[in-house]
Amino acid sequence: MPAIKFDPELCAGCETVDCLMKCQYIEFAGISDAKAEKSKINAGEESRVLYECLTCYACQEYCRFGNNPFYLLVELQEKKGILPAPKPIVEEQLRMMSPKGRITPQKVRSPVVDMCAFPMLTGCVRGKLFEGASVISGNDIFCNIMWLHFAKNSVIRDRIPKIMDNIISFYLKDSKIDEIVCFHDECYGAYTSTAEAFGIQVPFKPVHLFDYINRRLDEIREKIKPVNEKIAYQRPCSNRLSPETDKILDEIFTKIGADRVPRKYDRENALCCGGVPRAQQRDELADQLVEKNIRDMVSTGAKYCVFNCPFCMATLGQEVAEHGLMPVLVSDLVLIALGE
Amino acid sequence: MNDFIRQLADITGPEFVSSESEERYIYSMDQGTMSPAEPDAVVMPGNTEEVRRIMLCANVHKVPVVPMGGGLVLSGLTRALRGGIILDMKRMNHILQVNPKSRYAVVEGGTSEGMLQAYLKKHHPELKHSMPDAPPVATLAGNMCIHGSGHLSVLGGFHSDMLTGMEVVLPTGDIVRTGSCSVSADWFARAPLPDLSGLFLGWSGTTGVVTRLGIRLFPSYAHNDMLIFVCEDADLMPDIISRLTGTQVAEDMTPWMAPKPDWARGFLHINISYGAHSKKELTFKRNLIQASVKKYTDQKIAGFLPLPPPEKSRFLKIPSPDLVKFADIRKGGGFEYVGAIMAIEHFAKAYSAGLEIARTYNVSYSMGARIIGAGHAMMFFYAYAFNRADQEDVKRAQHALEATNAAALEIGGIPWKAELPAQKQIIGKMDLNTFNLMNKIRSMLDPNQIMNPGNWEK
Repeated sequence: MPAIKFDPELCAGCETVDCLMKCQYIEFAGISDAKAEKSKINAGEESRVLYECLTCYACQEYCRFGNNPFYLLVELQEKKGILPAPKPIVEEQLRMMSPKGRITPQKVRSPVVDMCAFPMLTGCVRGKLFEGASVISGNDIFCNIMWLHFAKNSVIRDRIPKIMDNIISFYLKDSKIDEIVCFHDECYGAYTSTAEAFGIQVPFKPVHLFDYINRRLDEIREKIKPVNEKIAYQRPCSNRLSPETDKILDEIFTKIGADRVPRKYDRENALCCGGVPRAQQRDELADQLVEKNIRDMVSTGAKYCVFNCPFCMATLGQEVAEHGLMPVLVSDLVLIALGE
Repeated sequence: MNDFIRQLADITGPEFVSSESEERYIYSMDQGTMSPAEPDAVVMPGNTEEVRRIMLCANVHKVPVVPMGGGLVLSGLTRALRGGIILDMKRMNHILQVNPKSRYAVVEGGTSEGMLQAYLKKHHPELKHSMPDAPPVATLAGNMCIHGSGHLSVLGGFHSDMLTGMEVVLPTGDIVRTGSCSVSADWFARAPLPDLSGLFLGWSGTTGVVTRLGIRLFPSYAHNDMLIFVCEDADLMPDIISRLTGTQVAEDMTPWMAPKPDWARGFLHINISYGAHSKKELTFKRNLIQASVKKYTDQKIAGFLPLPPPEKSRFLKIPSPDLVKFADIRKGGGFEYVGAIMAIEHFAKAYSAGLEIARTYNVSYSMGARIIGAGHAMMFFYAYAFNRADQEDVKRAQHALEATNAAALEIGGIPWKAELPAQKQIIGKMDLNTFNLMNKIRSMLDPNQIMNPGNWEK
């Protein structure tokens, strides 16, 4: 089993300890405090960070050296048996999301849109934006990256190769296609950042949804009717694994006339939607996160709250709507701009 | 009998009496495993006076009378074991009064749970009553008389605890009232009088016909939420339940254990429902509930499932659609739902007994419980689905039921809404003086023994 790609010397030489100092959920007395905690983690020792971590992935983005601080932390959590959530919750979800062996061969054609474990959202793949697309979904192709929230790197290592093999064997190989469009940031993160850090070879080319949409909008430029509305974007934790795609999202918003209003909690300062802390039995913290997010969005005067993560939307959508913003997925907002 | 049936037709009108074979067949059974027993006729009275006259007439002819509400008890309590008539109360379905300030309703004896629920939603949205998880056509009186329970049972106890008074036609034709309505125009409580309502609760229709009843209503909240607590160790359940109920904020608490879906097998879940007038109050209540079991969540040996709001909606449906879905799992229309009332400390024993019985008899099972009051008791249920067209399957379910009842009694529980064999098992364990008193009361109320004979007999 290959170890997480990590260079201790690079970390030891870091003077800013951004991975911890920028953390929005754990307080540090100063850089030396953060450095001390990071040293403990690097040495495989007990650190309060292992217990207090919200598992928001943000440190992956904060690290200027791409030195995988989050993956390393999760690795140590698992090694030490530190469960962020109660054992029955983790065990039950492991079973719930396990591959079911119900996958059947399907002829697909490009673009192949991977909806991961969100088959209920396949209706989002429609219209001119996804013209001719094939949709694949279900537990047998679930990217399994959610286990980063539950100190289960071993499950990711175990399941991802099988999942990728399913995608190839049941869909792509016979159809002579070598790329999939990842509807969810998590899948893209799994097949790029996580796979790379874990030393897993990916046998197809993952395309981020934003990349696909951005290119497609160029092809059907004449169909765009700018929405001309302010939107508040709720950036998901999984986008921390592919922060470069956030700029592409800006291009999309520009093309469809959506004004991504500056938020206190956007970009690098994006705040967790509140879903994961509930699994950690930290509901009062989750309430605070929801309240901060909502207050921040409302203060911008935005009409839409735009999500790219279905789980964030499920967690925050109702609250957002109750505060007068319309919750919508990125792809649906684009469809609105295309008059659909 | 023909003369008797003609007299019934004179009382209710001929359209509400039938001795046709089709009707007798339909009324000979319920969905459970008990073998059919055909009545000679079925009659549907329209008011208390008609019930009174039917009872007088039945007494003269010494014809057995089996009162029936929705007929959904599943344990065959409304079968005509010795022939006679089924007294189907469904025409007497009027909601007579709702007192919003004192929070009670007065309804006729055939009023269904669904009718009252719909009526309150429309006319008194600030009020609700405790719905059982039976189909909405189940009657309030029927559920009350079997000591049923429902979505407000943590708050208000058994449904019989929510009874404020009754109008009952005795087997002799006398009309009596119990509770405050026997003295006052108001149906507010059974106290402070001698509690005669008990003469008709839990007797399986052997002491009288309920024609009216008063039931407690409760606030219907604008904000509702639910939590699902999960653990792996049945031995922890009594303490967990005790802690959760100790907060006194939940309306309903229903543990459940099922082999399907696969992910649920082996885990013990507790659905906890609660409501509030404001979001702030709702959060406050949630925090109280969560704090009560912090001992376990801190140890990471149990915890609350993280459910986004859209996933909670199906759990907030009242009545719950889940049991109905399970009821059809084997197809063929057979379903038995047997509960045993017992103390919560017997949870682990009841659970392991259920697993053993399901294994032994190879039956599809679903187990669970409804917590009554602040952990004062629980109705631990064993639900077995079977294919009615497959006699082997029916037999397996019957054997499983007998074993379940025996196990419940062995544990220290008492089979709920007991079918005939279970009644005999209960009587076998019952204090002899208690059983003698039951017989004395029956003889006094029903000298000709016409009321649902065959039940509660040795």
